[in-house]
Amino acid sequence: MEQAKRDIIAQLRKDILLMEGFKPATEGATSAFGLGPIEAAFPNGVFPAGSVHEVLNLEAEHTGATGGFIAGLLSVLMRSGGPCLWISTCRKLFPPALKAFGVEPERIIFIDIDREKDVLWAVEEALKYKGLAAVVAELRELSFTQSRRLQLAVEESRVTGFILRHDPLKISPTACVARWQVKPLPSETEDDLPGVGYPRWQVELLKVRNGNPGTWTVEWSEEGFNVLPAAEAITEEQILKFG
Amino acid sequence: MARRFAAIWFSHLTTDWMVIRKPELKAVPFVFALPDRGRMSVTAVSKVAAAEGIALGMGAADAKAICTGLQVFDDKPERAAKLLKGLGEWCIRYSPIVATHLPDGLILDITGCTHLWGTEHDYLKDLVSRLKGKGYETRAAIADTIGAAWGVSHFGRQQITIIDTSAHISALLPLPPAALRLEEPVLQRLKKLGFYQIKDFIKISRSALRRRFGEAFLLRLSQAMGQEEEVIKPLQIAVPFQERLPCLEPIRTKKGIEIAIRRLLEALCQRLCKEGKGLRTAKLTGYRMDGHIEQVEIGTNKAANQIEHLFKLFELKIASITPALGIELFVLEAPEVEDSEPVQEALWAGSPGLDDQELTELLDRLAGKLGAKSIHRYLPDKHFWPERSVKHETSLQAKTAISWQTSKPRPVQLLPRPEPVFVAAPIPDYPPIVFRYKDKVHAIKKTDGPERIEREWWMDEGEHRDYYIVEDEDGQRFWLFRLGHYSGDKTNDWFLHGFFA
Repeated sequence: MEQAKRDIIAQLRKDILLMEGFKPATEGATSAFGLGPIEAAFPNGVFPAGSVHEVLNLEAEHTGATGGFIAGLLSVLMRSGGPCLWISTCRKLFPPALKAFGVEPERIIFIDIDREKDVLWAVEEALKYKGLAAVVAELRELSFTQSRRLQLAVEESRVTGFILRHDPLKISPTACVARWQVKPLPSETEDDLPGVGYPRWQVELLKVRNGNPGTWTVEWSEEGFNVLPAAEAITEEQILKFG
Repeated sequence: MARRFAAIWFSHLTTDWMVIRKPELKAVPFVFALPDRGRMSVTAVSKVAAAEGIALGMGAADAKAICTGLQVFDDKPERAAKLLKGLGEWCIRYSPIVATHLPDGLILDITGCTHLWGTEHDYLKDLVSRLKGKGYETRAAIADTIGAAWGVSHFGRQQITIIDTSAHISALLPLPPAALRLEEPVLQRLKKLGFYQIKDFIKISRSALRRRFGEAFLLRLSQAMGQEEEVIKPLQIAVPFQERLPCLEPIRTKKGIEIAIRRLLEALCQRLCKEGKGLRTAKLTGYRMDGHIEQVEIGTNKAANQIEHLFKLFELKIASITPALGIELFVLEAPEVEDSEPVQEALWAGSPGLDDQELTELLDRLAGKLGAKSIHRYLPDKHFWPERSVKHETSLQAKTAISWQTSKPRPVQLLPRPEPVFVAAPIPDYPPIVFRYKDKVHAIKKTDGPERIEREWWMDEGEHRDYYIVEDEDGQRFWLFRLGHYSGDKTNDWFLHGFFA
């Protein structure tokens, strides 16, 4: 009896996960994003494409790092051929840079909007359209209800949404599946050669529904994401602190 | 098909307009006057004043002497033309080709229009009675030629005259020569010679008439008789793709407007589909009861002829229509029409890319609400100068032969204009070791560069830029440049231009 109940609950949980947009890992599928341990932090060990992600960007200096990380994710999402919409009120993104992250800049359509209110409308309209690979929106404010609406829109269309938020004072609970924060880290060059190395970030998964939050060090090279082992990351930090 | 024209003569155009504006003047004799050769001469006479015996061209003082209670108002020379233009635009509901005929008439090309009102007589009666309802006294005629219609409307016995097909010459015969729209000296000469009716001189040979009255006289005569084509200049050029929806009852509600738009779109899109075309812009005009005209416009990114999609675009605009007392006529026109590409049904569902119909529809909706300027797409351009290295592209289909530059790293964020920073550089031509941006000091740990980008001298003047990629102690990566060569006396020639990932 107990066993049967537990089975039912486990099955229901799985069903709920399915409904929320998590695909069960298929056997033998390699992690498409190359984000190994980070993807493992999500339920079923799969990056939840087809849902809304929230990316915090609290300091102006971190915008570049956030943009780079999202561009890296976009390169995988856009492989299927769909275009991407980038909706914002004050965009500084420089399209040629995206090429270095494996994204074809001409397949990104930028929507520049004057009024914050219209951004939400535009995002919702865009998220409802199935043919898009992803929608990136720079938003100042997002209430729980609004985020719920966006989540409902993507549950139908399976589009991945990224909401970039700049204002630290307006962070409130949302219905997004994950909340990220990306900060730049000093790069390392091979064999201590002079110059600047590959872009390196500290990627934090602050909140994730049914998953395990955590912090990782991620580097972007020509091959894609490269999640550095946690031990190394710690030693680096120690080196920074003490030496 | 034989062409038919209607001429409408406003016998008291400006004075009727004055009475509409000031109803208390209805029973009062009044005239408009303008200074002419040092005296005030009458330029328009009201109906009441005309009955008192006041005529055009009379001195205002003489007129006052004839009629004691006469009021004299200052005229404006262009008033009649303005009024006629407004009335002509209103008349477009009767025919798409309406022209003004100064000083006091309208000419309508009514070929193929009258059957909508029943007979030609019903058509003209409706037109005249509605003008009468507005307050304008008119006389109107329909004939095969503009000249005949004009002449009959001015000199016919009845208010409404219909001249049957090819009967216009016999209708002209009993009219005075003035019915041919002739110049005053020619009329004088005709009168002197005893030609009081057109039939008196219509049989005379053309060469004799030309010798005495000139070429202009013959032109008017043959135009009235239909031997010479007369061209009128329509007030509005008719759009080939246009649908009209007159309403029995004036429409005032949102729902009503929606139904009207849907019906018009159904008719228009059916035609567009049949001809393999799609519209790029569409204009909905609502003629209101009170004479105002409400207009909304939509635009699409690609030739479109889908009813649902176009309706959605109009739906966003309905809020800006003010029906007031009600809209009695809707006109939907497509001024910009292009060949639409045939849509191929997809055999399997995949990500359709930029050519997808639904994407265009989404962008149309966004453009409809936010303005077409808000949508951007970028293609690489043949410039190394960072600000010019991308080209703004409006069309979704445009492709480019140039590929994106990847040999040199470019920042993820580019400032719209470089911002000056204060730096400390150890040796000239070396990257800085510390710089200050927005009151924050960044100590530089790693650097790459320089990458020199020369200015395109044929486009603008100035010095070259030496770009450095620098990384500070927190790991933030910046794109700095020094403008021009190092020189000892200048201090602030370093700029921040972007942020790397």
